[in-house]
Amino acid sequence: MAEKRDLIEMFRKMALLKMNDEKLRSTIKSGRLSMPYYSSRGQEVIPAAVSVCLRKEDYICTIYRGIHDSLAKGAPLKQVWAELAGRIDGTCKGKGGPMHITHPASGVMITTGIVGSTMPIANGLAWASQLSGDGRVTIAYFGDGASNIGAFHEALNLASLWKLPVVFVCSNNGYAEHTKYSSGTAIDRISKRAESYSMPGVTVDGNDPLLMHAAAREAIERAREGGGPTLIEAITFRFYGHVFGDDDSYMSPGERAAHMEKDPYPIYRNWLLANNHATENELAAIETGIAAELEEALQFALASPYPDAAEIYRDVFQHEVEAA
Amino acid sequence: MSSEKLNMLEAINLALHDAMEADPKVLLLGEDVADEEGGGVIGVTKGLANKFGAQRVRSTPIAEQAIMGAAIGASMVGYKPVPEIMLMNFTTVAMDMIVNHAAKLRFMSGGQTNVPITIRTMTGAGMGNGGQHSDFLEAWFAHTAGLKVVIPSTPADAYGLLLSCIEDPDPCIFVETLPMYWTKGDAPERGRRIPLGQANVVRAGKDVTVITYGRQVHDAMAVARKLESEGVSVEVLDLRTVAPLDTAAILRSVSKTRSAIVLHEATKKFGPGAEISSIIHEALFSELKAPVKRIGSKFSPVPFSKHLEEAFLPGKAELEAAIRELASK
Repeated sequence: MAEKRDLIEMFRKMALLKMNDEKLRSTIKSGRLSMPYYSSRGQEVIPAAVSVCLRKEDYICTIYRGIHDSLAKGAPLKQVWAELAGRIDGTCKGKGGPMHITHPASGVMITTGIVGSTMPIANGLAWASQLSGDGRVTIAYFGDGASNIGAFHEALNLASLWKLPVVFVCSNNGYAEHTKYSSGTAIDRISKRAESYSMPGVTVDGNDPLLMHAAAREAIERAREGGGPTLIEAITFRFYGHVFGDDDSYMSPGERAAHMEKDPYPIYRNWLLANNHATENELAAIETGIAAELEEALQFALASPYPDAAEIYRDVFQHEVEAA
Repeated sequence: MSSEKLNMLEAINLALHDAMEADPKVLLLGEDVADEEGGGVIGVTKGLANKFGAQRVRSTPIAEQAIMGAAIGASMVGYKPVPEIMLMNFTTVAMDMIVNHAAKLRFMSGGQTNVPITIRTMTGAGMGNGGQHSDFLEAWFAHTAGLKVVIPSTPADAYGLLLSCIEDPDPCIFVETLPMYWTKGDAPERGRRIPLGQANVVRAGKDVTVITYGRQVHDAMAVARKLESEGVSVEVLDLRTVAPLDTAAILRSVSKTRSAIVLHEATKKFGPGAEISSIIHEALFSELKAPVKRIGSKFSPVPFSKHLEEAFLPGKAELEAAIRELASK
């Protein structure tokens, strides 16, 4: 089982991700921020558990529903909020936005809006680590829908052939946009696809921090020790639809409510208390601290200026060639 | 310049060799590129795996997205991969990686990451390879902010331009004209880089400017030589890079001759010639003797049948007629 330090750190990350999502949704609702927002509320366990098994210098590649992944890896809250607000102090000077958070200093190498494209690029990062022997591991996060695009299959094949230090982490939340899993995926378990590429594949309850932590730790250790890639399918559920504002008409009645009743956050919180891993005061202090950090991040974001129009021509190339 | 002759294939191989020798971060990957698989389907990378090792020259599965993704990821953390996409038509299979990722990661990250890859690819009609192995698609890439597109016309240029691409901090697409691989030219001066974005006046003239690149440079030169005896003076401008475009060189030349023809193997419709022609008209409309002419391939998939394939390509006769018409104005 995870050590106590990891248990508390997982909680701290889950609290950050859950409260960040709540703060973002309320801020968007209030009209203070406007963005396409792909909530990952309900999926906190997966990045929290994976991240506590990673080193700071390890890499992640994530997707548009990836703010949980970036914050869990250590992307700085204030800069991330400024990015969401499209401001110059954002991680990407406001030029990436919610679907393109990047922060290499924390190992967040790419956030992509193209379903299925994290895997091929994660391979390249892992290849670089293999060549330089730097011991880094790369995580490719993606959703269940992404396992049906060709890039997934190409990337798993190459990673296995080259024994790359990469872990493919699929958050299977039951829906690819509005299409339910069984209507879009011709196999009952995505992890079975690992066998086609001669790599270990495991399906795990992605809402159980202990099981998720164990699966992530084993895969990450294997990758770091030269044992090659692993495919982890983490079963979870997203509470708030594909994009912020959509209804749940494509779900069976009561499905969302039933899952929300099994919210992994309070369950884990109660488990920590019941097993004497933490006191109520300790957990409450973590939550209070995060609430203050989030308010500070919001104020920082709103106070930051918008980028100058000249930014349009900056960062297209290293040296600007032509302002056409 | 050495009196030695090299063909295009040897010059490109030499550039890859010299780049790999100078910088251990330069990597090659692609289908069949390692020596065990023959050093490339045409042999462009022959000998490099044997010299630099299987770690740095890796044959890949036939999986263009995987090839491009591996190149992009490694390039983001300090390597300089040179992925080969065997034929330019196959870049379509990796278009997401090239257009959505390689081209945009620097911008979308606010300059935190960059993608210093050089995509080598080959194409060109005339080999009977038909509709899916022969297209010039440079307009697609030149239209995407963040990509540089290079199409050399001689072995020495190919060498110098490829070195510049590999060292460039941004993604470059280096297009090799398949039917030109075995054409000999002057050997390059070892180590000499040719800057990207700078056109070359390969022939000075005063009556008409022909703006072109790649194989068509040689067609333009042949026609120019022929017309010289009739007193028509043709300037031939080899762009060398389609993106970034050397607008200054184009306008400088056309200001002098006051008439221009854009010639390329890409199909004429929506081709690079449209952009170049428009740039000239916007800047020099009142000085032009006549509207800029565009000559490109026919708007059709590349045909297989020999006589159709020849008819598809922009011909020297078409160029000659266009020059005569402009010179008479």
